[in-house]
Amino acid sequence: MELLEFARGPALQFSMTIFVFGITFRVFSLFLMWRTSDSSAGSSREKPVVVAAIREIIRRLWPQAAYKQRTMFALINGYLFHFGLAIIVFFLMPHILFIKDLFGFSWPALPNNVIYAVGVITVGSMIAALVMRFANPAQKIISTFDDWFSWLVTFLPVITGLVATSHLGARYETLLGLHILSISLLLIWIPFGKLMHFFLVFVTRSQTGAHLSHRGAQL
Amino acid sequence: MSDKRTLGEVLTDRGVSRRTFLKYASYTASIMALPPTAATAIAQGLANARRQSVIWLSFQECTGCTESFTRAKAPSIEDLIFDFISLDYHHTLQSASGVAAEEARHAAMQENAGKYIVIVDGSVPLKDDGVYSTIAGISNLQMLEETVKDAFAVIAVGSCAAFGGIPFADPNPTGAVPISEIITDKPLINISGCPPIPEAMTGTISYLLSFGAIPELDHLGRPKAFFGETIHDRCYRRPFYERGMFASNFDDEGARKGWCLFEVGCKGPVTYNACATLKWNGGVSFPIQSGHGCLGCSEPGFWDLGGFYKPLSTAKGDALKYVGSAAVAGAAFGAASAVIARNKRNKILKEG
Repeated sequence: MELLEFARGPALQFSMTIFVFGITFRVFSLFLMWRTSDSSAGSSREKPVVVAAIREIIRRLWPQAAYKQRTMFALINGYLFHFGLAIIVFFLMPHILFIKDLFGFSWPALPNNVIYAVGVITVGSMIAALVMRFANPAQKIISTFDDWFSWLVTFLPVITGLVATSHLGARYETLLGLHILSISLLLIWIPFGKLMHFFLVFVTRSQTGAHLSHRGAQL
Repeated sequence: MSDKRTLGEVLTDRGVSRRTFLKYASYTASIMALPPTAATAIAQGLANARRQSVIWLSFQECTGCTESFTRAKAPSIEDLIFDFISLDYHHTLQSASGVAAEEARHAAMQENAGKYIVIVDGSVPLKDDGVYSTIAGISNLQMLEETVKDAFAVIAVGSCAAFGGIPFADPNPTGAVPISEIITDKPLINISGCPPIPEAMTGTISYLLSFGAIPELDHLGRPKAFFGETIHDRCYRRPFYERGMFASNFDDEGARKGWCLFEVGCKGPVTYNACATLKWNGGVSFPIQSGHGCLGCSEPGFWDLGGFYKPLSTAKGDALKYVGSAAVAGAAFGAASAVIARNKRNKILKEG
């Protein structure tokens, strides 16, 4: 129970503080950073920035025909665990109550058993992603500590949540404490690693879209 | 006080039938989660045992544990427990008072040295030499140490004795501690709860009498038979939890339909006790059945779990306490790092 108390109290408070500090730090430092001015004449096919940004975001939702065969599994698997994570985080009643307690609003939950099934699928999908990264020599070479650690801190809350729900291996309060601690670790890591794409994915894709459009790429 | 007869003889003399006695043995075996054959062993053990001398010490408590214990009496067969034990000292129940009461305690200790059981309810204040609770001119600590010295075993009943309970709650003004922090050289059984379930107390005592041994305990020193599973695991409202059907307050549709009380702060998932199975008042009901979430009263520090009506999955305290400052600091550091980077770049461009 002491572990759970620590997790629900000081650990969550600390991780939320670091999370908010990290996010604002990254966002402000990024947006106030100097930008290389591109004085070249734009292509005749250049689209307005907003249009280019939106088109690039949409275009990257699905692979191009040339890469389809090679990337289809990674893409579908990626969607699988991203949607899985979103469903688990935002549609399990205890999670909704956590958010409601912090911000005062809530929405309907899905049955626990549905979330449990989604959790199992998500775990399988994340393990598949890890195996792919190991198995593909090129991916393995370009993988850094950031990639492996980001996977781990994302995986831990899912697996500890499932184990806690199943009451496997230890007492529920211990498992719940470990689950909340793993979430704290995730919150602390998000701003400082590749998981920051949680906030920046559409920003970077917009930037790429604007750049490619300027160069005359067909978006 | 000193009765040389066996319990079998005592019961016969009191007109308790063998059938009733065997029913009690079977009941005790059942609630202690023992195999059916243990009923015979309990019956034989009890029949041959002598009345057990019990000294009951009440310290920083509310007498709720005694109220609960005496509820184990009429009208069920559990009232036999009062034939099995010789309650030689108990503030609330004994007729003697003052010097006579203390003499009764000392006499019981002398006559049954090494054999008597000490039951304690209430925590022990240690701050300021224990002046916050004294009995017969001595502190609770002195009385406890003196009484336990020659005891066979100690049973801490109630969450105050087992884990400190309400006196122990933040800010703990009396420096209250649980019995386990003082008694370290005697067998100690914790029967927590605020109050504990009567059958958990009588069942444990009956086990001690029958087998002369301590029942299997969990890591908090509680009999596993009663504290082996969570309220949540045995709760009849559990299916609603799995289906995601919750009462949002105590007067909505969910509350009226008997849905899960997790959202209104039920601590059942982390509370180990037998309320959902043994229930209270002779098996009539238990808190969740009467519409209120479990407070977690049999767990350490239940008073400081962050609020009885706050769901278990929420943060304890104010998780967002420092996020405003963190956002301002993050923005300031972020802006500063951007300015430094810009200056550095400009400098390089100028020099280049």
